[in-house]
Amino acid sequence: MFGDYSIGDLGSIFVMQGFAGLILFSVYVLMALGLAIIFGQMGVINMAHGEFMILGAYVTWMTSNLFQTYLPSLFSGYFFLAMILAFVASGALGMLVEWVLIRHLYKRPLDTLLATWGLSLMLQQAYRSVFGAREVGVELPQWMLGSLHVTESIEVPINGVFVMCLTVLITIAVAYVMYRSRWGRQVRAVVQNRIMAGAVGINTEKVDRYTFGLGCGIAGVAGSAFTMIGSTGPTSGQLYIVDTFLVVVFGGAASLLGTIASAFSISQTQSTLEFFLSGSMAKVLTLLAVVGILMLRPQGLFALKVRK
Amino acid sequence: MSDQETKGLLSPLRRKLLMGMAALPAITMLPKASFAQAPATSAVNTTGLAVTDTEVTVGILHSATGTMAISETGSIEAEKLAIEQINAMGGVLGRKIKFIQEDGASDWPTFAEKAKKLLVNDKVAAIMGCWTSASRKAVLPVMEQYNGMLYYPTFYEGLEQSKNVIYTGQEATQQILAGLNWIAKEKGAKSFFFIGSDYIWPRTSNKIARKHVENVLKGKVVGEEYYALGSTQFNSVINKIKLTKPDVIFTDVVGGSNVAFYKQLKAAGIDLSKQALLTISVTEDEIDGIGGENIAGAYACMKYFQSLDNPNNKTFVPAFKKMWGEKTVIGDVTQAAYLGPWLWKLTVEKAGSFDVDKIAAASPGVEFKGAPEGYVRIHENHHLWSKTRVGRAKLDGQFELIFETADLVEPDPFPKGYQ
Repeated sequence: MFGDYSIGDLGSIFVMQGFAGLILFSVYVLMALGLAIIFGQMGVINMAHGEFMILGAYVTWMTSNLFQTYLPSLFSGYFFLAMILAFVASGALGMLVEWVLIRHLYKRPLDTLLATWGLSLMLQQAYRSVFGAREVGVELPQWMLGSLHVTESIEVPINGVFVMCLTVLITIAVAYVMYRSRWGRQVRAVVQNRIMAGAVGINTEKVDRYTFGLGCGIAGVAGSAFTMIGSTGPTSGQLYIVDTFLVVVFGGAASLLGTIASAFSISQTQSTLEFFLSGSMAKVLTLLAVVGILMLRPQGLFALKVRK
Repeated sequence: MSDQETKGLLSPLRRKLLMGMAALPAITMLPKASFAQAPATSAVNTTGLAVTDTEVTVGILHSATGTMAISETGSIEAEKLAIEQINAMGGVLGRKIKFIQEDGASDWPTFAEKAKKLLVNDKVAAIMGCWTSASRKAVLPVMEQYNGMLYYPTFYEGLEQSKNVIYTGQEATQQILAGLNWIAKEKGAKSFFFIGSDYIWPRTSNKIARKHVENVLKGKVVGEEYYALGSTQFNSVINKIKLTKPDVIFTDVVGGSNVAFYKQLKAAGIDLSKQALLTISVTEDEIDGIGGENIAGAYACMKYFQSLDNPNNKTFVPAFKKMWGEKTVIGDVTQAAYLGPWLWKLTVEKAGSFDVDKIAAASPGVEFKGAPEGYVRIHENHHLWSKTRVGRAKLDGQFELIFETADLVEPDPFPKGYQ
């Protein structure tokens, strides 16, 4: 297929394809980070993860509308405020859900699957009733549209760069919170042994609630960022949930590094294959590879060493 | 509707003529007051449908919940508007239309079950419904077994024809061929890149489009790509488009993927005012989610645009907005759904009966002059004769009409040489 193209063409396509892979990588990491905390650290199978993302997207949409109506002069910066609000809204909803639903199910992890799946259906219908069944278009400030013109044929999408930076920032923040802060230590203590953690004076209920809230909040930020590249409708969350679980499970549920490694390998395989094959064939082959590797390594790429 | 139309007419002669015509519906309305003169229920309903002396019941069967609610909401709204307007004009054969709405919930077995319920329990005289081909395929055996009448609004891939279905949307050749001809002539396009969602409609449509490009237009298809429903990442295929530099990008991507595709196309620096893109899957409804700024400049091939400038459409659009809100937009399928109740009413009046067999037999040749898209007529194969139009997306989310076929295009659900 390369016969007809000049070296220059091929070079720039190579660069752009590299960027496409990196953008996909950032998107996967951003999708999976929240779930890596909730599923990976807490062991809750949260099927409503996509709906928390979409809440963030709707918050972004509302913020953009508010700015357009009341503060048009500050519109170019609304996105940053929107992401903060998305974090707060999804996080708050997450804590509420934890209090009402999840905390009763810590000893029955498989039941969380059904309960959160039901929750996702309820949230979808709630969005449909509140925001309408049709998709909404989130208007972005001008500077976030379009692409950076590097050379004649190399163009880098600005929103892709934005997602990449955001992903790096959030990953660093999460890594710090989970592995360097006192609170992260408490979280890991609770996950490893809830009773002992309680015995040494950790308020396990509070830790659970905030951890779940943090995971959902990050999902909200991801949803907010994805208004740049995807759709915002009551069921849009469903578009992300499979990929998200794929990344987290493949990486090894309890490992943040595993999530990143798995996002990297899946996204690179996917985008390279997509270039040489057609879109749906690429997906099929990627999934086959993942299934194959998981059969050999059921615990995922990076598993914590546990004594059994 | 007829009131608003008469207002604009100035010539006294025409006015007189119209007054005479306006009295015609009044004659059919008279029996409403005295049932004795209405066609007796026993005469117009010999198969036990839900028809009384004053009312006739029809079913509305769409997804009000689930993934497809995004698309089907517009159809439900259009059908309710049509029914309300028909009732305001005196109903059908002197009977008001009552509707029972069922929710297919974006789940195909549910569609079949609800269709059966409407036909067997409620004995509805007709069903306005279904949207995806999958739901229609699920409902079709039910319609045929219990002898119901379905008015199906969506443009679809063709390869189907049933006594029990009237297809008010376009089949694939009606939608695609004229658009491809136009863009080949207008833009001198020789190379095409196809990209679609991976299911039956895009695949069948692209198959037809490919045959047309290769055999009739003598052009070349430089790429044909399918992405799973719901895919949100199109960067790789966009790179391929940049590499192959096609004259035209031809797309039938649907649903949430659509939004992702156009946003990423724009972000990758592909300027639709320079790169020709022809879509058969984006209507005003979808642009709501995509955002006008992301798709402005693209061409869409449809039979109806909200911006159409004709007298019918000028009364239809305000009536729709009055009922459903100023911000609602009207896409191609919404208009086709609006045709359903009207075509059924006209057919019932032509047949002089609600019986499904008589309606099926009377359907060919039924014409609806008040259609927002202009004049339409039912073909022997139960599809509609309608025009093909090309519109160009504008920043405000509306289309500007660029081209329309001079004549109505004949529906051809089993196109020879395209299979």
